[in-house]
Amino acid sequence: MDNNNEIRIGFYICHCGSNIAGMVDVADVAQYVEKLPGVALSRHYKYMCSDPGQELIQQDIKDHKLNRVVVASCSPLLHEHTFRQATEKGGLNPFFFHMVNIREHDSWVHTDRQAATEKAKALASAAIQRVAYHKPLEMKKVPIHPDVLVVGGGIAGIHAALTLANAGKKVYLVERDPTIGGHMARFDKTFPTLDCAACILTPKMSAVGSNPNITLWSYSEVAEVKGYVGNYKVTVRRKPRYVHEDLCVGCQECIKACVYKEPKFPDEFNEGLGKRKPIYIPFPQATPQVVLIDPETCLQLKLGKCKQTCVAACADRQAIDFHQKEELKQIDVGTIILATGFKTFDAKRLAAYGYGVHQNVYTALEVERLVNASGPTGGEVVLRDGQKPKAIGIIHCVGSRDEKTNRWCSRVCCMYSLKLAHLLKEHSDPATEIYNFYIDMRTPGKGYDEFYDKLLDEGVHFIRGRVGEVTDWAFTPEEEGKLVMRVEDTLAGYVRRIPVDMVVLATGLEPHTDAQAVRRMFNMSCGSEGFFLERHPKLAPVSTFTDGVFIAGCCQGPKDIPDTVAQAGAAAAEAMALIDKKYIEQEPNTAFVDETDCSGCKSCVPLCPYSAISFVEDKKKAVINEALCKGCGTCVAACPSGSIHQNLFEDEEIFKEIEGVLAYD
Amino acid sequence: MKYAYYPGCSLRGTGRAYEESLLPVFKALGVEWQEIEDWNCCGATAYMAVDEVKSCVLAARNLAIAEKAGYSDIVAPCSACYLVLNKARHYVEESKAIANTVRRALKTANLTYNCKVKVRHPLDVLVNDVGLDRIKKRVTRPLRELKVVPYYGCQIVRPYSTFDDQANPTAMDRLLNALGAELVYYPLKTRCCGGSLTGTLPEPGLLCTYILLKEAIKRQADVMSTCCSLCQFNLDAYRDKIAAKWEPVEIPVVFFSQLMGLAFGLPAEQIGLQRGFAPMKPLPAPGVAA
Ligand SMILES: Cc1cc2nc3c(=O)[nH]c(=O)nc-3n(C[C@H](O)[C@H](O)[C@H](O)COP(=O)(O)OP(=O)(O)OC[C@H]3O[C@@H](n4cnc5c(N)ncnc54)[C@H](O)[C@@H]3O)c2cc1C
Repeated sequence: MDNNNEIRIGFYICHCGSNIAGMVDVADVAQYVEKLPGVALSRHYKYMCSDPGQELIQQDIKDHKLNRVVVASCSPLLHEHTFRQATEKGGLNPFFFHMVNIREHDSWVHTDRQAATEKAKALASAAIQRVAYHKPLEMKKVPIHPDVLVVGGGIAGIHAALTLANAGKKVYLVERDPTIGGHMARFDKTFPTLDCAACILTPKMSAVGSNPNITLWSYSEVAEVKGYVGNYKVTVRRKPRYVHEDLCVGCQECIKACVYKEPKFPDEFNEGLGKRKPIYIPFPQATPQVVLIDPETCLQLKLGKCKQTCVAACADRQAIDFHQKEELKQIDVGTIILATGFKTFDAKRLAAYGYGVHQNVYTALEVERLVNASGPTGGEVVLRDGQKPKAIGIIHCVGSRDEKTNRWCSRVCCMYSLKLAHLLKEHSDPATEIYNFYIDMRTPGKGYDEFYDKLLDEGVHFIRGRVGEVTDWAFTPEEEGKLVMRVEDTLAGYVRRIPVDMVVLATGLEPHTDAQAVRRMFNMSCGSEGFFLERHPKLAPVSTFTDGVFIAGCCQGPKDIPDTVAQAGAAAAEAMALIDKKYIEQEPNTAFVDETDCSGCKSCVPLCPYSAISFVEDKKKAVINEALCKGCGTCVAACPSGSIHQNLFEDEEIFKEIEGVLAYD
Repeated sequence: MKYAYYPGCSLRGTGRAYEESLLPVFKALGVEWQEIEDWNCCGATAYMAVDEVKSCVLAARNLAIAEKAGYSDIVAPCSACYLVLNKARHYVEESKAIANTVRRALKTANLTYNCKVKVRHPLDVLVNDVGLDRIKKRVTRPLRELKVVPYYGCQIVRPYSTFDDQANPTAMDRLLNALGAELVYYPLKTRCCGGSLTGTLPEPGLLCTYILLKEAIKRQADVMSTCCSLCQFNLDAYRDKIAAKWEPVEIPVVFFSQLMGLAFGLPAEQIGLQRGFAPMKPLPAPGVAA
């Protein structure tokens, strides 16, 4: 490259309109740099990132025989790629380019023009010194396995899996519960349009079940994840359902035949409001349409003694197998989408609301089942004590916007409280009074505020104030036997006591209890609240800090179904963008081991946060997997023999940079 | 461990039954205590409201004496004492100005206060230091079939809740449970008893008291158990006035330590049970230890 080893650097300082030039004397900096050793030319220009700016670099490389390029402008995050490309088009290796950030690091954060100009000179001098030592490098190319793993079969996972499968990708959908559908499958109607949840969800569920590109593993969990973007090796644990999925046709004769004549055990799908048998199917449209046996309640599995009337009913199909064992499946995938959703806040944590103490205090999810035509009461609002309520209070923000529990807004509770108010009214005596106790009404979204207006017209009461207590102690004879809601009505300006028959707690959305374990398994991060962290809150909302792992839906944070579906589509598209490119390009700023010096001490191996370093026993040397290395530099700094180096951060490059910034004049 | 014992005025006055029962119970459990010498008013209620800093000085003098004598913990059974002593410690820790005034005042008596001694409520000592297992072992006459309302009052949970949940304290629940008593669900655990309002503005004060008693009766309790001398007094002493205004509310209100005494088999008159206005119904025949 450098024929006679003469370094010829082209330096460009950008005005960025007045963003930089307003605070930094760009002409002065250019003049200063011009005199530095190795600099062949130095220019200032209004917008370096513009087409003419880039062409200027390309032309100069040819005309002035440049072999290094330095641009002082904005953050490399914005335009490093642009200028590397320009350098390459000019005929140089793109890594002979170096960028100096004098906008975010200088002009935007200083108010003294002279000092800011001096700082720009120091930074420029550092870059000039360092770039002379740059070596030609190439972007890494790693092939990508075309199959995708989707974890979690709520609406997010379902939508992502179908999008990918319809585009011809092979998808493994792993769902923990016996059926897919997630929370949405439990709802009666969905805000704001009040379309029936089952009508819009179940066609998608059965499409998942029948799509040849989707392998659906329900009642399963991911046990282990190894590898890196493009090449993940995943182990899935399939829990025994004691029924062979391929043999069961979902006729449910076995359920009818069970020795328990009546359903006896709390039914998870109905939030414990209904009952099921030990052999059951979670709900009529469950996908897969396969029964399962609960080992905790089945006599045969628990006690080893039962007439096994279910087996007799299944007859020749022989789908029931009391000896079924847990199964481990190994799969290779290139990309992963996490769509594990949320759990609702445990209402028992707020003792003042009496959930679990007063039987007529319900959670919102329970009410979803209560107003559901296929729910435990056939859609009739009948309370646990058999009464039909004449007054109902809905408390918003239970476990949301509360310093003592969760600080965040759960985003959907105002809307679902409105929905439940409407449905409760529809399913009860028209004279039933319904009160909403809110802090603020939060109804942004298409058609959402209109929905709020509609509820106001329907005569639902809205009281602004956080309820202090739900209690059964009475102040007046009218309160005897009622649940009394004590609240400061902050609009009326006094404390009120409102007697009701039923209280609904609009519990907020929380990360799953095992979110941290899942995060570690997939090498992701969580925000302070525990939801999975996106790579960038605005510009990379479904990517994570682990390449090839995407997130969608409520596992990333509380959101409604429209936003969940949008994210799921986005995650599928991001996965496809990787798959269809067939390989990924990675920065070459990886670390490498100089084997002649490596003493085989292994101290680097456990330090690597990405598990990229392994130890080759026969050579007694450490090796770094380029595809896994993120270039963090931990091993480089830790290596006692100095035998680990890192591209773009080699010792002489760093020392020269330091020298340049400290010893400029 | 030896605890410094701070009776305060009420345990020598209206709340005498509290001391009469607590000390024998401590003794029965092998808890050692010594009354701090030359103690003075804790600075509670009225004084706190009139002049916070001076009331802090009063409280701090007691703490300083306990510290000087080398105690690590000071036990204050009266909830008002417990609160004010705790408050003094918080104020001295949080405000330089108050700390200075307190230091200067104490210096005149050759005392210093270094925020070392911990202020403890007997419920805390019994449940967390002695432990429910040791208490259970000492029970000779379990309170089976006795339906008890656990009533805490406000001062041991507000504003500081040093050893229990602020909204739903449970230390006394667990203790009564260990005595074999049947607990009655009572959502008014920490609701106001009327406090000193009953003396100054009887109307709203008595209403508070009435609600507490009425609800205990409605829930079919045999007895209310308290841990505060003022609560006990309010709930016990104004029955005629309440009956005149609303309805009779005949339910005995005792200190938790009296129920402990009973469960430990101590004679009723030795634990001050004769002092209450509403007598407790006789316990079922003594059974075997739980
Ligand atoms: C009471 C209530 C009413 C609501 N009403 C509405 C409404 O009317 N309209 C609306 O737009 N939104 C509504 N929402 C919000 C809606 O529920 C969410 O937007 C939606 O469910 C998010 O879908 P998801 O797929 O991200 O999560 P989920 O529905 O929670 O699905 C996640 C799935 O992942 C599975 N899973 C979890 N962890 C694992 C794991 N480790 N391995 C494998 N599988 C796992 C779960 O079993 C579940 O099936 C409501 C929310 C609540 C609480």
